[in-house]
Amino acid sequence: MAGRNGKEIVIEVRDVVVGFGSHVVLDHVNLDVYRGEILGFVGGSGAGKSVLMRTIIGLLPKRGGTIKVFGVDLAAASDVQRHAIERRWGVLFQQGALFSSLTVRENLQFPIREYLKLSPRLLDELVVAKLEMVGLDPSVLAKFPSELSGGMTKRVGLARALALDPEIVFLDEPTSGLDPIGAGEFDSLIATLQRTLGLTVFMVTHDLDSLHTVCDRIAVLADHKVIAAGTMETMLASPHPWLRAYFHGKRSRAIQPDTARA
Amino acid sequence: MSDLLLHESADGGRLRIAGRGAWVAENADALEAEINAATGGNAATKHVDIDMGRVEQLDTFGAWLLERLTRGFSARGCETNVTGLKEDYRALMDEVRSVKPAQAPPRRGNALADTVAGVGKSVASVGATFVSFLNMLGAIAIALLRVLGRPRSFRFASMVHQLDNVGWRAVPIIVLITFLIGCIIAQQGIFHFRKFGADSYVVDMVGILVLRELGVLIVTIMVAGRSGSAYTAELGAMKMREEIDALRTMGFDPVEVLILPRIIALLIGVPILTFLGSMAALYGGGLVCWLYGGIDPDIYMQRLKEAISLDTFKVGMIKAPFMALVIGVVACVEGLAVKGSSESLGMQTTASVVESIFLVIVLDGLFAIFFASIGM
Repeated sequence: MAGRNGKEIVIEVRDVVVGFGSHVVLDHVNLDVYRGEILGFVGGSGAGKSVLMRTIIGLLPKRGGTIKVFGVDLAAASDVQRHAIERRWGVLFQQGALFSSLTVRENLQFPIREYLKLSPRLLDELVVAKLEMVGLDPSVLAKFPSELSGGMTKRVGLARALALDPEIVFLDEPTSGLDPIGAGEFDSLIATLQRTLGLTVFMVTHDLDSLHTVCDRIAVLADHKVIAAGTMETMLASPHPWLRAYFHGKRSRAIQPDTARA
Repeated sequence: MSDLLLHESADGGRLRIAGRGAWVAENADALEAEINAATGGNAATKHVDIDMGRVEQLDTFGAWLLERLTRGFSARGCETNVTGLKEDYRALMDEVRSVKPAQAPPRRGNALADTVAGVGKSVASVGATFVSFLNMLGAIAIALLRVLGRPRSFRFASMVHQLDNVGWRAVPIIVLITFLIGCIIAQQGIFHFRKFGADSYVVDMVGILVLRELGVLIVTIMVAGRSGSAYTAELGAMKMREEIDALRTMGFDPVEVLILPRIIALLIGVPILTFLGSMAALYGGGLVCWLYGGIDPDIYMQRLKEAISLDTFKVGMIKAPFMALVIGVVACVEGLAVKGSSESLGMQTTASVVESIFLVIVLDGLFAIFFASIGM
């Protein structure tokens, strides 16, 4: 279980192959995620970042390899074990995936009601607490998802992902579609929540600023494999052409060591 | 949960509470009960010490309950002091401390008043729906005039595609169902008319009933359920995904692009389906008359010619396009009334089918009165 530096590995992906028809998206992918870190997962559009995330959480079948979460191989686990593990992670989908026929309050209470028997008073108080943690005012509780702005939808989605106090949170492009200020706030929100709740965060993202400001480690998916995993410094120092194009391209000037990091 | 999460010792005005074990989501229910019991205690207490040194795990649930405990004592004027909290959980407690007290969700008012208000609202909405039908009818007429002005702007490909869905693909099921209805009417007729020795009048009944009423009614009810619901769901999904707004911003009129081809497809398709359906029903009736009633096909044709006239046939066919228009307008109005949620899509689709079947039957009644008074 213990990986490099003695840190506990919470997600262990080994030789995973995923494909659709004759098209192989992930070809023998290996990846470790350590407890308590924020891992940024990057790669070109259509490279299969979301595919790996969806394979880890069990939404897509894999053709080969093993995925262990908290040391349990999900493919071999019993239904009871699987459920116990699913309860320990939360997922924020790209579009929020809030239940459109339920209010924000009901959306947040839904997972809690499903797993725990709590008094209505405690449920209501907890929902307010969760909502304030993600920086929203309790006045949105009675609204329906269609009445929320993009940023609010993401925050409510995050609150719902955090409803059961998970240990791992999967975020699929959390800052896409947000303005730079909103994205920055969301980044610091993730960092704050990671610190207060001791979360492990698996974040699929394209946002170079997020990668730079909140991610402890970065994993890069290209050519159907994870070609590199490490800190920002490792990425910037890498000679791999894709990494050079990604981290030294025109849009990455803000994160160059000689400017922002000087 | 048998292991106590809180145990108390009191001396004078000083109350000591110590938490232990795991203050996490799984134990939240048991913990809440104990916390409620603790806050409801002795009124003489002025100081409360909460020792959290033996709490091994704390999550948001536990943190909030601890916060509620301290707030409960503070509200009674006690001084509270939390000690021994692990350093890791300090940030979490700070976060929870800033949460404002929850307001209870607004509860429903008077149930009777709500019911009466609900009735009033639904009556008012009937009027509003009627107005929106008229609106749609007007919008379609305007779009039609505009298209007649410049025929090249008509979405011919889209209309053909809809006609394929609404007409061609519906033929097998509609022919099958009307055939069976024709069989059943003939069988029932023969069975009961035989008692009076009036077997041969079955042919009159089948002919007139099918051509005037049943052919068109069965077909339009099928089309309302099959294509009306599809129209509503398609337009509703487009509305939800802002496709209709996108059309508008590009300078297209959604009525002209989306609705007019659909309505025209219905106007063409439904009369054809009515004709095919009526023929299938007559065929089914004839088959049953022959096999079950012993009426020879030649005699069946002979009686049919005597019993029905061209008027009987026209009555059914004249009604078909009007019914098609009603189905199309209702389906499109309901489709555009869809709001953001998937639930509203389901509600509007249901409303579309129910309203169009209801209106088709009402319209059929009005036509019956009209044709009777002009002697057709």
